[in-house]
Amino acid sequence: MTQPLLANYFPILVFLAIAAGIAVAMVGGSVLAARQKPYAEKVSAYECGFEPFDDTRRRFDVRFYLVAILFIIFDLEVAFLFPWAVALGDIGWLGFLSMMAFLGVLTVGFIYEWRKGALDWE
Amino acid sequence: MDAFLASPIGILALTVAQTLALLVPLLIAVAYLTYAERKVMAAMQMRKGPNVVGPFGLLQPFADALKMLLKETIIPSGANRALFILGPMLTLILALIAWAVIPVNDGWAIADINVGVLYLLAISSLGVYGIVIAGWASNSKYAFLGALRSAAQMVSYEVSMGLVIVTVLLCVGSLNLSEIVRAQKTVWFAIPLFPMFVIFFISTLAETNRPPFDLAEGESELVAGFMVEYSSMTYALFFLGEYANMILMSAMTSILFLGGWLPPMDIAPFNWVPGPIWFILKIMLCLFTFIWVRATFPRYRYDQLMRLGWKIFLPFSLVYLVLTAFVLKLTGWLPV
Repeated sequence: MTQPLLANYFPILVFLAIAAGIAVAMVGGSVLAARQKPYAEKVSAYECGFEPFDDTRRRFDVRFYLVAILFIIFDLEVAFLFPWAVALGDIGWLGFLSMMAFLGVLTVGFIYEWRKGALDWE
Repeated sequence: MDAFLASPIGILALTVAQTLALLVPLLIAVAYLTYAERKVMAAMQMRKGPNVVGPFGLLQPFADALKMLLKETIIPSGANRALFILGPMLTLILALIAWAVIPVNDGWAIADINVGVLYLLAISSLGVYGIVIAGWASNSKYAFLGALRSAAQMVSYEVSMGLVIVTVLLCVGSLNLSEIVRAQKTVWFAIPLFPMFVIFFISTLAETNRPPFDLAEGESELVAGFMVEYSSMTYALFFLGEYANMILMSAMTSILFLGGWLPPMDIAPFNWVPGPIWFILKIMLCLFTFIWVRATFPRYRYDQLMRLGWKIFLPFSLVYLVLTAFVLKLTGWLPV
């Protein structure tokens, strides 16, 4: 059983190897083919002609973090829905209603987020 | 010959041949998609578009590729060198390996795995990494902001895309892409699930950072977003990755909603045309719409983009999902 199942995934491995080969060959080929002549101004970070003011590794808007957290919640929910959707024919009304209960709880959370303004981007 | 094909080396050789038979036309298609985009947009804006290199400018993509190849690969002094190179490579690799599961015709998927949709969703989610790595490793403020915006945007639209895919799965009862196409023998899912089809298409625009959702690039504010520090082939890899992703998303739209390789009606003369031709025609239709949208709509504002994703698409697709499940359950149309 495991043998044909794993064999199905073998082409993906081949794809990965060939795609990586193509990517490395393209960058490598360009590095070899073109003349490399860096100097300080050329390799400094682009900032509209100014000298870079400071480092980029500094604070940024917390909203991006909030979006990431919301994403985790809802993507997990989608991950739960996948097996449910495939098996809905077999699990009867109990299976259907259990997922509805779960989605109901989630919707309450969603409404809370909405009212709290977590979805606003001002 | 049969003995050779059954041996491990034979299987490897066959798989490599199949892979190349898909990837080489794909890369050529990517090259000509850039050409098609310029030509179609030119026609929509009453211009001529590229017409100098070769007949009708048909050799333009190769001229561009050669130019990119012969430019200097600039690595900024403040950059994290290894990650800086890894970012674009990852983008291209992910855009290519997703094609392993796409069924071009009945039984023509190179890796006909039984969780095909899940694989596609996973690979397209990983696409965020290429962009975040590139933006962070560049150590440039424009690149960093562009990467953050792009990641937040892709992540936001992925949720509604996932819900749309689950709705399709409800009607199919399998995660296998070939099964999904076969389930559309009587009617393409674009008809009963039309609102989801529209949401899916718009989400694919946002997923691939295409206009009107190209805020990550936003040339008027962020110069070129996460790609600003890239040059030469490292830049070209992003470009190729973006266009390969466009074709991939069009293929996904065709498989999930437009019946993949199936003809519009199973009668002559439609069913004389072989399946792969139909599949390619559907992909081209989607790609044309991508370009059409780009030529028509102005760019979204970032808060509008987030509102559309979280406050409109997410609740709507959730409600439609529950409704679909309820109707299927009530009518007993669920696949067993």
